[in-house]
Parts: sequence; structure tokens; C-alpha cells
Amino acid sequence: MIHATALTKTFTGGKGTVEAVRGLDLHVAAGEIVGFLGPNGAGKSTSLRMLTTLLKPTSGTATVAGYDLVAEPAEVRRRIGYVPQGNTVAPTAQVGEELELQARLYGMSRAEARDRVAETLRALDLAGVEARPAAVLSGGRRRRVDLAMGLLHNPRLLFLDEPTTGLDPQSRANLWDHVRRLRDREGMTVFLTTHYLDEADALCDRILIIDHGRVVAEGAPADLKAELGPSATLDDVFLHVTGRELRESTAA
Amino acid sequence: MTALILARHYLRATFRSKLSVLFSAIQPIMFLVLFGPLFDRSGVGSWDVLVPGLLVQLALMSAGLAGFGIFIDRRFGVLERLRVTPAGRTSLLLGRVLRDVVVLLVQSALLLALGWALGLRAPLAGVLLGLALLVVLATGLASLSYAIALVMPDELFPPVASTAVVPLMLLSGALLPMSLAPPWLDVLSRLTPFRYVVEALRAFFSGSYGGAAVAWGVLAGLALLVIGVALGTRLFHRENA
Repeated sequence: MIHATALTKTFTGGKGTVEAVRGLDLHVAAGEIVGFLGPNGAGKSTSLRMLTTLLKPTSGTATVAGYDLVAEPAEVRRRIGYVPQGNTVAPTAQVGEELELQARLYGMSRAEARDRVAETLRALDLAGVEARPAAVLSGGRRRRVDLAMGLLHNPRLLFLDEPTTGLDPQSRANLWDHVRRLRDREGMTVFLTTHYLDEADALCDRILIIDHGRVVAEGAPADLKAELGPSATLDDVFLHVTGRELRESTAA
Repeated sequence: MTALILARHYLRATFRSKLSVLFSAIQPIMFLVLFGPLFDRSGVGSWDVLVPGLLVQLALMSAGLAGFGIFIDRRFGVLERLRVTPAGRTSLLLGRVLRDVVVLLVQSALLLALGWALGLRAPLAGVLLGLALLVVLATGLASLSYAIALVMPDELFPPVASTAVVPLMLLSGALLPMSLAPPWLDVLSRLTPFRYVVEALRAFFSGSYGGAAVAWGVLAGLALLVIGVALGTRLFHRENA
């Protein structure tokens, strides 16, 4: 689903040149849930934004959902879903209308879009929110609306950027269930970033840890923990490969 | 097609609040109702001189400040969400611009209706041609407004845009014809496209459909359209827009 080789992104600005991502090699197979972890400023967001066509790589190659990321971004966009870190619906916007627009931008007719919106909302336990503005929904419901935005067109590959940040434990668990269901019932590939290592441990088939723009560890959570010892946690693995030094975000 | 889908969506949301559509036209309407009768009695000009100017004022305040809409969309991740869909970048711009043009036409119709009630008697052909030129102007203005909003820091755009609109409106001769201006002001006024558009609209409203004023006005409107749309499209394509 994702094959990236030597993907690099360099930003040039007032502060000089910053190499946010350096020669990233990444392979995600169909049907996997892969976690992409790293400290602040490691290059996670930049990598994600490149893979979702929001940023053009400075160099390197990648195919996403079977299409060349640089040469065929429109084809990539047709086949991926993306749920960014923050909310994706303005507070005063009507949820149903925003979802319908999203569906229509993927080529659905008005009738198809309405049906698909209703179906997706039901699947995410959001039936009945269509006519409501996003602002009146709870954090958990708003996040599921964001997820609905990314799922309307039945993507084969879904990118989730910190999907449960700011949610209470119940909402997090609920969202995890939905993500697992997407893989188990629909064979969807999920690529997610998170700072919650328990989330990565609970959800992911495989984890990639990025630091200073490069992948520094890769494997199934159990295997990564086993390398450090029988009682090691994913936090221990993370700190082992990235160190304990505090990081400032160097977002470009 | 995608631009039409987006435009319909934005229009539905915009006209949900009819008061806000009316409110953004309030200043030209106030000038029409409270300044118009004085203007008409002053001997400086009449309704067919004032109303075209107010239409350009309306375009400046409506389409010219359209960029405000980008902030909410950018702040709440809507713009980013749309950029990851198959929607072309040009469509993302034109969908908004089309909405802005429709809103301006509705506001213009209101202004014209009020003008008619107060004494405006322009030929229908002139009014329609004037509205067509206004659409050209508004398309360029709105596109430029979005372009500037995309590159300017969020906190700067509101004061810069709001401040820029006032001198542009005054220099266009919207309220008083620039034929009354001293030479230095006349020269300054000729550096903005709005002066030419106002004069072209005044020609249309007086029943004159050819001549230098019309030619320059149409040229100025088209130039602004081309520059605005080109710049707006380019910036919507930009990374992290």
C-alpha cells in the first residue's frame, strides 16, 4: 500500500535549511495497521503530509495506494482517506452538509452522497447528527465525524494523524474499536501517528519509530518489547531508541 | 463541475444567515439612503452617477474582503481536508469566488431596487451591462482577496484588508466624480482599476455603451480578473496553503 524509498523533505527559509525528513524508507502492506511514532520534531507530520500529497518530497520516490506520489497525486487522493490531527469541520458548519460535500468531491451524485453519509454515520454510531452544527457535539463525536470524513469514499488506505488526542478514555476505546473493525471487516490499511504508546500497542500490527527524520526502529510491538526484556513496555522501547532528551518542535 | 458543487455548498451555508448577507451590504445601502438624497439635490450629480459608485463600493466590501472566509477554514482544518480530496486547486478557489459573486449580485439587486425607489432611472440594458462588468470585477477582487489571505498571517489580514478598502473606494470616485478632484488626486485615482470601472458603470447607466470610458473600464476589470484568478490559483496550489 505504501512503498517509499529515500523520501526526503528539506525546508529552506529564514532560519536556513532544515532537513525534516532524511531518506525515509517505508513499506506498509495491505490490511496492516501501522503506527508511526516519534518525538516532537522527528519528522512524523512532515512524512505524513508528504504521503497524503500535502507536501511535495524534495527527493526520493513513493507509491501510495498503487500510484506515484509525485507524478499522480490526484490518483493517490482518490484512493486515500485522511483524518488530520485537529477537527475538520468548522464549528458552525452543519455536519450532514459537510459530509455530503466531502462525498460529492469524490464523484458521488447527490443521492449517492446522502445514502453514503447516512450509512457511514450509522456505522460510527453517529446516526441523527446530520442536522447539527459541529460545535454542539462532544469531543468524541466530533472526532468520529472527522473519521467519517475520511471514510465516505471507501478508501483502501486511511491515514490517521493522532486520532484520539484530547479524547476521554471511553471515546478513545470507542474509536479504537472502529479502527479495528475497518481492518477486520473491510481489509482497510491504516497508517496512524500517535503520541499515546498504549494506543500504538493496542492497535498496531507494526510500529515504525522515526527520529531526526529517519526510521530508527521497526517491528511488531511485541517483538520490539521482547528485544528489551520480558517486562519492557513500549515506552521503554521508545525512550531506548530516541533518548530522554527533551525536544522542541522544529515544525517548518 | 467541482467548482459548482463547492459553490452550491457555500451558498447554502451563506444564505442560511440572510441577515449577514444583508449586513455586509449595509454601508453602501446607508450611503444610498442617507447620502443619496443630498447628492441628488447638490447638483454634483444624480442617482445614475451615485449608484454605480456604490456598486463598486459594494464589490470592494463584499468580494474585496472575501479572504476573511479562508481563516476559519484554515484554522479548523477544512482547507487541508479539501486539499486531500480529488478536487482541483482551481476549483477550490473558483467555488468560493462563484459564491461571492452570487452574493454580490443579490446585494446589488437590493441596492438597485432601493435606488429605483429613490429615483434611479437607468436603462435596463445599461444596468445589465453594468452588472456584468461588476461580476468581472468581483471575480478578480475575490480571487485576489483569497490570494492575499493565503499568504498573509491571520492576524494581519483583517486590519490590512479593511484599511485598504477605504482609500481604494475613495480613489475610485465612487462617492464623488473624480472630475472634481485636484490634479494630484486625479493622478492617484488613475492608478487604481476601480476608477475606470466606476466610470464605465456610469457610462452604462447613462445609456452610453461605447467610447473610451467603457473600453478602459472593461479592460481594467478584465486585467484584475486575470491577475486575481492567476494569483489565487497559484497560491491554492502552494504547499501548506
